[in-house]
Amino acid sequence: MKKWFAIALAVLVAVSAGYSGVRAASTTRAPVAAVTLTYAFWDVHQEPGMRQIADAFEKSHSNVKIQFQITPFGQYFQKLETQASGGALPDVFWMNGPNFALFASNGVLMALDSQIKAAHINLSNYPSGLVNLYTYKGKHYALAKDFDVIGLWYNKSLFQAAHVAYPNSSWTWKTFDAAAKKLTDSSKGVYGFAAYLTSQEGYYNTIFQNGGYVISKNKKKSGYDDPRTIGGLKFWTDLIKAKASPTEQQMAQTDKDTLFQSGKVAMEFGGDWLAEVFGKNAYTKDKADVAVLPKGKKRATVIHGLGNVIAAKTSHPTEAWQFVQFLGSKQAAQILAKTGTVIPAFKGTQGPWTTAFPQFHLKNFISELKYTYAYPVSQQTAKWNDLETKYLTKAWNGDMSITAAAKQLAADMNKILAQEK
Amino acid sequence: MRTPGVRVADVADATRVRTRRGLFHPATRERILWGYLMVAPMLLGLLVFYIWPVVQTFYYSFTRWGAFGGSTWTGLDNYSTLIHDPDFGLALRNTALYTVFSVPISIALSIVVATLLNQRIRGVTIYRTLYFLPVVTMPAAIGMMWKWLYEGDYGLINSILRALHIHGPNWTTDSHTALIAVIIVGIWSTVGYNMVLFLAGLQAIPGTYYEAAQIDGAGPLSRFFRITMPLLTPTIFFALVIAFINAFQVFDIIYMMIGAPDNPGPAIDGVKSIVYLFYDHAFHLNDKGYAASIVMVMFAMLLAFTAFQLWFQRRWVHYE
Repeated sequence: MKKWFAIALAVLVAVSAGYSGVRAASTTRAPVAAVTLTYAFWDVHQEPGMRQIADAFEKSHSNVKIQFQITPFGQYFQKLETQASGGALPDVFWMNGPNFALFASNGVLMALDSQIKAAHINLSNYPSGLVNLYTYKGKHYALAKDFDVIGLWYNKSLFQAAHVAYPNSSWTWKTFDAAAKKLTDSSKGVYGFAAYLTSQEGYYNTIFQNGGYVISKNKKKSGYDDPRTIGGLKFWTDLIKAKASPTEQQMAQTDKDTLFQSGKVAMEFGGDWLAEVFGKNAYTKDKADVAVLPKGKKRATVIHGLGNVIAAKTSHPTEAWQFVQFLGSKQAAQILAKTGTVIPAFKGTQGPWTTAFPQFHLKNFISELKYTYAYPVSQQTAKWNDLETKYLTKAWNGDMSITAAAKQLAADMNKILAQEK
Repeated sequence: MRTPGVRVADVADATRVRTRRGLFHPATRERILWGYLMVAPMLLGLLVFYIWPVVQTFYYSFTRWGAFGGSTWTGLDNYSTLIHDPDFGLALRNTALYTVFSVPISIALSIVVATLLNQRIRGVTIYRTLYFLPVVTMPAAIGMMWKWLYEGDYGLINSILRALHIHGPNWTTDSHTALIAVIIVGIWSTVGYNMVLFLAGLQAIPGTYYEAAQIDGAGPLSRFFRITMPLLTPTIFFALVIAFINAFQVFDIIYMMIGAPDNPGPAIDGVKSIVYLFYDHAFHLNDKGYAASIVMVMFAMLLAFTAFQLWFQRRWVHYE
């Protein structure tokens, strides 16, 4: 009995080993030195554009295949940190300002200076603010991919229904407030403005417009206890209190872009990348438009941009650099511009982007470049970003006064900044 | 029918591992070896994926992790921070409330449902399947559906309440109602599982007791409380232990329905559980040493309470 069992087991093992051997033999007949690069990013809307760029690169580099790894933004950096600890980072990936210093200071990214010099890349082709953003201790770690600024998206049909003139460059906080209140129609569940709790597309802009700041130039002090900063935050909480905006609880269930695309809010602050989203959405493509942000004590909008970085421990450094070089080239920028998804960083390629969705006045974003303020970062940005969410949620929800919340936020943020190198 | 030529004693010998020839006899050793060989795959998996990580977590709870891996020994630092952490007290309170409400209600409901579905009525299999479906549905799907149901302005629940002239709250984003919302979903998703346990327990009760009671003139309610319940206590005990351990580890409903660490929403302080806090520290704040200590404390609490339940059972569980 045992003998038969043992023989049967042996036969089974031999057969399965032989079968897998046959499968392995057929796959090794692949082209010589085929390299697969993993490219990780988060914006699903930009995938078609990235695919076009990757295809163009694969045509000129026939031995390289680019494989995408798309993770939603909320889990993107979490996943990268896990991958870094496990030594399984993608070869090339997107990096943003808040997380750059953490990755660079821990040796996770590859410094690109020698490659940039050897390829004679002219860094003045990219906005200097972005080149500086991705420089750590004098070394460059990324080629800038795009930049974004924030504008005022509005719903033309809701403006017409309420007989309010469209926003223009003369708008101040006062005119904005008055319009938001006039546009609110509680009987229809329509609000004038979505005072959504978010930093880059939200309160950072009004903080700068009111003359305040988020973090001091030497990165040692938080700006949240400054009365001008608190004034910039009150822009939002006042609109919620005046019921010209949905409540924080409502907006936590439905985000501002969904509210805007459902015709529930007449205005929202939003990035230029929403042109592609609103341009393709059946409701907003003929009803939305964009204007410059209203003026507070001064004009301001937050500028930020992404960079393509290489993992320091990648097994294909040459191919990864070739890909990053291509991603940072004028050709890739032009492909990106035509998709209308984001504004490419390469000098002189922004034109096609402004006409990608001609129904929107996208040139307004470009005109805002005159008064941009850099996205605030430090070495432990992610940690105090968390604090911002924690305290400002309470203020937006009315659980705390904005002054008390901002002061506590400043105190906790200063503790984190004190621990940075 | 006895097979000629085979003695009963030999059959007994063949199936017994340890024979009267002793533990070290080659025949016995061979049997023991085959036994281990057969369980080796599962044992290996258990060791590698369950036991070893528990040991590792215990070790990591005494360390502090760097941003991208690497750990330094810090002794009891994590535990002393834990005792003074207001977030942990909050998580403990929320988890306790969730457990205290969802476990008894779920078990009580599932006993009733199991008793009702223990009869040979038409379509009883369909009913049992419907009750069991939530157990096999993915937590992500459950979270999304209930999130939609609970939506403050357009959700189904508030729409029904509006028809009854009641103004429904923002279930998932109001810190006063978020825990209630989570408890309801918790009960809904566990009734099916407990029902299956109790169906098995009910079918183990001999019908003769019921017949005797009916002859003596006992009504259905009397039969339920005097026969069914006492004889069901072993199953209730088992269900309670399992339900308690599972309820204490509530996480996915909160993550899917209320908020995740990167986008918590205004209601999170009213629902964040111990495992949610663990996830926050382990994967969002990258504080894996501290997260390990949170989980160790939870493990110790569960161990203590289960031991208490095991000791307490002699007071109320009737074994036949």
